[in-house]
Amino acid sequence: MSLDLANSRDLLRALLPELALTLAGLVLLLVIAWRHRTAADVRLAGWVTLAGLAAAGGAAWWLWWHTARAIGVPAMIAVDDFRFVTDWLLLGTAGLTVLVSFDYLERERLLVPEYFALLLFATLGMMLMVGGDDLMVVFLGLELMSVAVYALAGINRHSAASAEAALKYFLLGAFASGFLLYGIALVYGATATTNLSQIGVQVRTLGLAGGPMLRVGLALLLVGFGFKVAAVPFHMWAPDVYDGSPTPVTGYMATAVKAAAFATLLRVLGEAFPGVPAWHQIVWWLAVATMVVGNLVALAQRTVKRMLAYSSIAHAGYLLVAVAAGTSAGSAAFLFYLIAYTLTTLAAFALLAAKGREGERDVLIDDLAGLGTRRPWLAFALAVCMLSLLGFPGTAGFIGKWYILLAATAAGQLPLAAILVLTSVISTGYYLPVIMAMYMLPEPFEQAHAGMRIGRWAGAAVAVSVAGLLLLGIRPNRLLDLAKTSGDGLGVAPGATAAAPPLQTSTGR
Amino acid sequence: MYSRWVVTALLVWPALAALVVLLAPARWAKYLALVASLIEFAISAPLWWVFVPAGGMQFILDAPWIPGWGIRYTVGVDGISLFMVLLTTFLVPLSVLGSYAYITTRERGFYALMLVLTTGMIGVFVALDLFLFYVMWEVMLIPMYFIIGVWGGERRLYAAIKFFVYTFFGSLLMLVAILALVYLVAQRTGVYSFAYTHLTSHIGGLGPLAFWLFGAFFLAFAIKVPMFPFHTWLPDAHVEAPTAGSVLLAGVLLKMGTYGFLRFALPLFPAVALHPAVQYAIVGLSLIGILYGGLVAMVQPDFKKLIAYSSVAHLGFVMLGIWALTLQSVQGALLVMINHGISTGALFFMAGMLYERRHSRLVEAFGGIAKVVPLLAAVLTIVSLSSIGLPATNGFVGEFLVLLGTFRTYPLAAIIATAGVIVAAMYLLPALQRVIFNPLDKSVNEKLPDLSLREIAVLVPLLACIVWIGVYPKPILERMEPSARQLVQSVRLNAASFSATR
Repeated sequence: MSLDLANSRDLLRALLPELALTLAGLVLLLVIAWRHRTAADVRLAGWVTLAGLAAAGGAAWWLWWHTARAIGVPAMIAVDDFRFVTDWLLLGTAGLTVLVSFDYLERERLLVPEYFALLLFATLGMMLMVGGDDLMVVFLGLELMSVAVYALAGINRHSAASAEAALKYFLLGAFASGFLLYGIALVYGATATTNLSQIGVQVRTLGLAGGPMLRVGLALLLVGFGFKVAAVPFHMWAPDVYDGSPTPVTGYMATAVKAAAFATLLRVLGEAFPGVPAWHQIVWWLAVATMVVGNLVALAQRTVKRMLAYSSIAHAGYLLVAVAAGTSAGSAAFLFYLIAYTLTTLAAFALLAAKGREGERDVLIDDLAGLGTRRPWLAFALAVCMLSLLGFPGTAGFIGKWYILLAATAAGQLPLAAILVLTSVISTGYYLPVIMAMYMLPEPFEQAHAGMRIGRWAGAAVAVSVAGLLLLGIRPNRLLDLAKTSGDGLGVAPGATAAAPPLQTSTGR
Repeated sequence: MYSRWVVTALLVWPALAALVVLLAPARWAKYLALVASLIEFAISAPLWWVFVPAGGMQFILDAPWIPGWGIRYTVGVDGISLFMVLLTTFLVPLSVLGSYAYITTRERGFYALMLVLTTGMIGVFVALDLFLFYVMWEVMLIPMYFIIGVWGGERRLYAAIKFFVYTFFGSLLMLVAILALVYLVAQRTGVYSFAYTHLTSHIGGLGPLAFWLFGAFFLAFAIKVPMFPFHTWLPDAHVEAPTAGSVLLAGVLLKMGTYGFLRFALPLFPAVALHPAVQYAIVGLSLIGILYGGLVAMVQPDFKKLIAYSSVAHLGFVMLGIWALTLQSVQGALLVMINHGISTGALFFMAGMLYERRHSRLVEAFGGIAKVVPLLAAVLTIVSLSSIGLPATNGFVGEFLVLLGTFRTYPLAAIIATAGVIVAAMYLLPALQRVIFNPLDKSVNEKLPDLSLREIAVLVPLLACIVWIGVYPKPILERMEPSARQLVQSVRLNAASFSATR
């Protein structure tokens, strides 16, 4: 299906997923206006949200099924498989977060149905950001997402930590947005356009690659995105914000927000700046710093939540390796890893939310002692998550890491691949203690895990995630193909790809 | 039918059985596990007769797995892996039976992990695709980590994490090397494949990078063997692991390292492996391992630690045999690998049995128990003598072949290694004397029970193998000879042709 985006009907079709979600958001706001007091109201809001997410996912699927592509003049919005696949990822993440939140909100007595509205609008912002083919749309999407997530971080008004997290996130996030906007302005100044593919064309035809204005603009863009993905040295906000926010929101921030920012970064770099080699070096160093610092600092953490916060920084480093590869294989590896990472992290945070009881007591790693005998299924699920984060064979995390290593070696980035595996070895130092505590230490006192309760829907979300992790670890073929076609579709200019051999299999397909 | 599916059955059966053990009532766990592992042995036993010595790689099953990356599920057995597979399936039922008294908590988990471990171990020995090999290499890490960490001794947590981190470190570097190797081969041939045969037939032209790739493989395997100076995880893991864990660790897991050298490191990088500097270094480290392992074993008060260090020495012989790269030495190395699995396995069983009686692993806790437990003392004597390498036991045949073969390429190394045989007598015989002879001076030892029927059932198969291989090793040697010969020749030939073209 070819869509001429200058034609308003085709434009509406191309925006169908976003429109569906907007509509659901408006309906949800109306529902909340009348029903916002009891736990049943909160649940109703949750189901409306889920319905909206499903509708948007269906719309994205419809576009994907008809292989929608944009024709004609470059427009504000991209229509390609990369967008649809990341849309699914974001919608799926939001859906799982809703399921996890049901029990959490009731247990914490957070009877605020606006929670779901914020979640929905944050997801809408992400989808716009990822789908945006124009820096202005990207910025608008980013702001919509950010404002909603600032509020989500502080949704628990009775918690000082939550308020601190929200304020910190807001101040630093606003700062980062400023960088981003300034970068956009400078890029516009250099190329006279904000359209991503047009920027790429301008850079190539006018030979702007070496121009100082463009390079400064690009650097500022990288700073802005670096903040959002929590890449070292722009990661300072992440641990505190992750620590203070309600656990399901933390899970959402560590997965969806990061995924959206990363996917956008990949699109911006791939479409607008393939002709500017400067970013390869910068991203290379960002990746190394993020992997090393994230993993080393995670070693020193005692609470599970902070450990997972630093671990998510470390994983941002691994994803940056895929970005640094700068090839279509890198984009595909990036997508696959993002999906594996999202499933794993969401499940881990859902389990953590079940363990942390009322009042959001900090869960130390040692508090998990003896969980293996008391709650074997929960312990098993958390152990699988840890192994997947570690990148252990048999889990999706391994296939993802393998794919990134494959892309990095194929792009001639052997040192980067070596640093990735060495930092992965460091990560055993904080993932294994979790498993060790659960299985190899005795329960600290009788009934230590009696209060751990995972609700029906959160349990289902975890079960689906863990089953997916194991399945993808053994049979990733379909998802690999999907990631590959989507990665190919992302307009990485041929000039930027490293000299890769023609990848063909010994058997054919 | 059998030839095509046997290897896959060997991989799938224990994994399925592990699920059954997990779901069945806890009191059945040990019996189910024993039955499952005996069936596993029964599946593997016909390999001995069906195997055609001159037939090269056999029992091959090849199917696409992840075609997008050129990854296939390819398994097969040749004269080198045949014995490793049989050794594994032989030791697992004995380990299960030997754990009945030792493992009293969380039995379901333990026996299920033993069976999963079996899948991993067999997988390493039969994988003919580097991706599959890597997956199996890592997969067997988890069950062993749990077996040490959950059912181990006092310092089990430390030992478990040390074991895990050492192995994981080596194997991740190997992962990068595998990817780089496949990429480099793909660049020249245009075919992106992890298949063993494809990679070994296009190994030339790696240039100076070959040295680094070999280094990564070397590190992964040397840690696993373990070679001096990468051996420090071994005493901790061996001592803290429960009996069955120690047996399988020594009997099978260590062989993965030496097997890796034979199967991957040598054929993939012949020019590097036969480079004089590399050879001297590895032969030197092997000799240090033989002597150092023996000398350190001599001063151990802990019987299990003594056996652990003796493993370092024995594996030094294997490395020496592999790197001497003559037909006799490679055959000898393979035989030492088998013998070490049997004799050291038996020693660890005995150490476990002594521990179950006295709850002490210290040599000095015993003394003069030959009077009280004559049967146990007799078996311990035979097993110790076989570990020392007394003629007419299995230990002699293997080490003799290694020394014989090594003498042709490295006479000096062979002479030094011979001293290692003497050192073996110097650490095991005094320990033996202090445990079972000497005066019976501790009253607690006067009432020790002798071997039970179950313990006899564990030890008799091992004793039978000790005598059989010691007296009549020909059936084993003739089955491994063609594969060993082919390995030695192709490595030497390829190395010569690469250095000629350089």
